[in-house]
Amino acid sequence: MAEPLLQVRGLEVHFPIRSAMLRRRIGTVRAVDGVDLEVARGETLALVGESGCGKTTTGKSILRLIEPTGGSIRFAGEEIARHPPARLAPFRRRMQIVFQDPYASLNPRMTVGGILAAPFEIHRIGDAKDRAERVAALLRTVGLPPEAARRYPHEFSGGQRQRIGIARALALEPELVIGDEPVSALDVSIQAQIINLMKRLQAELGLAYIMISHNLAVVSHVADRVAVMYLGRVVETAPREALFFDARHPYTQALLSAVPEPVPGRRRARQVPQGDVPSPANPPPGCHFHPRCPLAIARCAQEAPAPRIVAPGHAVACHLVSP
Amino acid sequence: MSAAVSAPEGQLARVWQRFRRHRLALAGAFVVALLMASALFASVFAPQDPTLLDTSLRFVPPFTDWRYPLGTDELGRDTLSRLLHGGQVSLTVGLVAMVTTVLTGALIGIAAGYLGGIADTLLMRFVDTMLCFPQVFLLLVVAAFVPPTLLSISLVIGLTSWMEVSRIVRAEILHLKEQDFVAAARALGASRTRIMVRELLPNAAAPILVAATLKVASAVLMESYISYLGYGVQPPLASWGNMLTNAQGYFDTVPWLAILPGAAITLTVMGFNFLGDGLRDALDPRLRMDP
Amino acid sequence: MIGFVARRLLQAIPLLIGVSLIGFGLMHLAPGGPLAVYTLNPTIQAQDIERIRIIFGLDQPIHVQYVKWATGIVSGNWGYTFFGGRPVLDVILERLPATMLLMGSALSVAILLGLSIGILGAVRRYSVFDVLATTGALFALSFPTFWFGLMAIYVFAIQLRWLPSGGMWELGEEGNILSLLRHLVLPTMVLALVITATWSRYSRSAFLEVMHQDYMRTARAKGLPPRQRLLRHAFPNAAKPLIALLGVELPFLFSGALVTETIFGWPGMGRLFVDALNMKEYPVLMGMMMFTAIFVIIGNLLADIAIAAIDPRVRLQ
Ligand SMILES: Nc1ncnc2c1ncn2[C@@H]1O[C@H](COP(=O)(O)OP(=O)(O)OP(=O)(O)O)[C@@H](O)[C@H]1O
Ligand code: SF4
Ligand SMILES: [Mg+2]
Repeated sequence: MAEPLLQVRGLEVHFPIRSAMLRRRIGTVRAVDGVDLEVARGETLALVGESGCGKTTTGKSILRLIEPTGGSIRFAGEEIARHPPARLAPFRRRMQIVFQDPYASLNPRMTVGGILAAPFEIHRIGDAKDRAERVAALLRTVGLPPEAARRYPHEFSGGQRQRIGIARALALEPELVIGDEPVSALDVSIQAQIINLMKRLQAELGLAYIMISHNLAVVSHVADRVAVMYLGRVVETAPREALFFDARHPYTQALLSAVPEPVPGRRRARQVPQGDVPSPANPPPGCHFHPRCPLAIARCAQEAPAPRIVAPGHAVACHLVSP
Repeated sequence: MSAAVSAPEGQLARVWQRFRRHRLALAGAFVVALLMASALFASVFAPQDPTLLDTSLRFVPPFTDWRYPLGTDELGRDTLSRLLHGGQVSLTVGLVAMVTTVLTGALIGIAAGYLGGIADTLLMRFVDTMLCFPQVFLLLVVAAFVPPTLLSISLVIGLTSWMEVSRIVRAEILHLKEQDFVAAARALGASRTRIMVRELLPNAAAPILVAATLKVASAVLMESYISYLGYGVQPPLASWGNMLTNAQGYFDTVPWLAILPGAAITLTVMGFNFLGDGLRDALDPRLRMDP
Repeated sequence: MIGFVARRLLQAIPLLIGVSLIGFGLMHLAPGGPLAVYTLNPTIQAQDIERIRIIFGLDQPIHVQYVKWATGIVSGNWGYTFFGGRPVLDVILERLPATMLLMGSALSVAILLGLSIGILGAVRRYSVFDVLATTGALFALSFPTFWFGLMAIYVFAIQLRWLPSGGMWELGEEGNILSLLRHLVLPTMVLALVITATWSRYSRSAFLEVMHQDYMRTARAKGLPPRQRLLRHAFPNAAKPLIALLGVELPFLFSGALVTETIFGWPGMGRLFVDALNMKEYPVLMGMMMFTAIFVIIGNLLADIAIAAIDPRVRLQ
């Protein structure tokens, strides 16, 4: 494989828990606890996991919207995990994000035109007239009429807002777009439209995507590769087919069995995860999954399993899985 | 976009509907409008020159002489004209002080809320410290030092009363900055200044507007009080506060000289307070993020 | 609990330092500085000013002056008045009882009245009484204290001649409790007005909130009579925000007392402050700023401790 567009190694985001009064640190939320990811140019990597497992935090910390507390982020070969804001500036044009909640991600006090012109203002691209043309072109790209520029976000439906969010992400012609559950807040009937729009744009513009989702069914349509997250760690990474037909990690298998629309040829009902997801403020020792894992052995509670390559492009972090 | 209404109209309509239900607030708005108009056109409405002395016509009682509708004072000056010009002075000071208060408070509140960390701790400790001093003490000490001009009085009032505003704005910013539209701006590489001014400030407009209205009321009150004590607006320029000081000397015989400026102060303070209270109800913070 | 008190005390220290810095800075950054009063007086010679400057230590670097002044504050040496050379702390403490008497009586009246109005309003929400009380409070809050004071004097002292218009005693009646009480009525009434309004508003909302909590519903379900429910369950819970209010409102109480004292010639700290202002008595002004600020800090500290005593959960935060 050629050099990946994005390579993440051992990414950590630990939030301090502070006491209400003296602001002393009394604990740590290990929202992201050693994540490895790779994304090639033009491909789609799906990042899948249950609610609260740290997907959003992973996505935002790759963009340095949340400061990572450890690990490395290489974009196009350059280490950016510790770049100061000034050196980060050129990378802001190359990586963008589409947010989960289209109601909170657009400034309610700005017109859509203002929201979409912001990227050009910030990077001093073009004059006012030029920017207006670019805004109109962006709106056309995502299937909205140019008059939309004069309106405010609250006048649009969820799907339309998400189109605006996508337009903003595309304004600076990025190479990588992180979609943080871009359709989970939308009506099912609208979801396909947005997914198709994103697929079309990927083909036209050669974008790479990280598609965050808690829904394996959504992912099956768009992903080239899938990474499964559990409590701050990636437990299995595999090409789409391998993941759906040859999942090795007990957690992935459990997730697949819970997919409402079972993937043909793979139907195992026994492994619905037992119990609640433990809190990242107090993760279990060893393999984070062991309290819920039907196959757990004594070693699982003591030692965290390292990822192992089981096939080309397929890595699994489980003591029971050997290459 | 079927049921699309243009944004400002749609939101304003809702705010107006809530506001209308608040009868005291409507009355407040009416009083404020009336005061603004009378201050703006003081020289048009005033029947006399407010500084014109006529010792042959001292202490004319109200409603007895059509040339002096509200009577005259100890130097034979027309009370109505002095009230109108005093109102001009009071409202000017009130508004300039309010602007100072709001600018300082909003700036500090935004900086503390958005920057967080050490900046937040230091700024908020500063606010806590300032709030330990009774405002009237602080105000009088500073007012006694600086030569009293309309501008200096306004600035002194403004600079000793911004602390609550900064707390309100900070709380609002703390809530706003977690929203994804701020993250989106950062992802685009927006500077901190741009985020604070373009993204956050407009969204904090509602609580700032409410605070601003209430601050005019307290500034008018403060001005009248320090003028009454002699550290505010200086004669011969009329202000409601220094009219009261003069009137106090003839209190037992000509009480209307004290009643009128006091009533004017009360009316103004009430007008702005009721207006601010109504605005607070109407601009319910939850409205802003409504779909 | 001891740990809680210790932590709260520690937190007060930066506040005290901040207060002293602002107080000190205000006096020294003022145009003309603390000696402005002498430089403006033509009868005082330049060399005299220089002498005073050295006596008061004003020739030393500013940080040295601050440290000297701050250690003085801690050790009880608050400096001397320009006129008369009396210890500043004595001058202030001398006026403290009168102010405490006025603030205490106004606060008692206000809390009693405000609490009753607020609770009754909360219990009978949206009744005629409640609407009148909330509207009335809104009016009262907009009433300029000093004008209200003047009007009270006009009506009760000048027109009706029921009560004296100012001062603390009649001449020659010093120490006569009855005379003192007669003099106390009007200032108390004036100062209490705004505080009563604030208290009725706060206690109304505190009780409304408490009354909709689960434990109140449980108490009703258990068949406890209304009076019992109010006393045993609502009161202790609503007390917390109200005690906090007591601490927070202290600076306003001082401001109000200053205004009231100047109107009624009440010989307390407020009167002293205005007199010191007129005579440009910087040491007294600085001392009073510090005194009230320290008073406010201690007041808030006590309020916090009282709340923690009522509610053990607060201590653990
Ligand atoms: N600023 C923060 N401070 C402390 N904890 C946080 C913070 N942000 C997130 N967390 C915690 O980190 C964990 C991961 O959160 P994250 O939002 O990344 O999860 P997610 O996988 O995106 O979940 P969802 O599917 O619900 O969006 C959660 O337990 C969350 O409570
Ligand atoms: S390491 Fe152990 S606990 Fe973790 S998934 Fe594998 S078997 Fe289960
Ligand atoms: Mg998420």
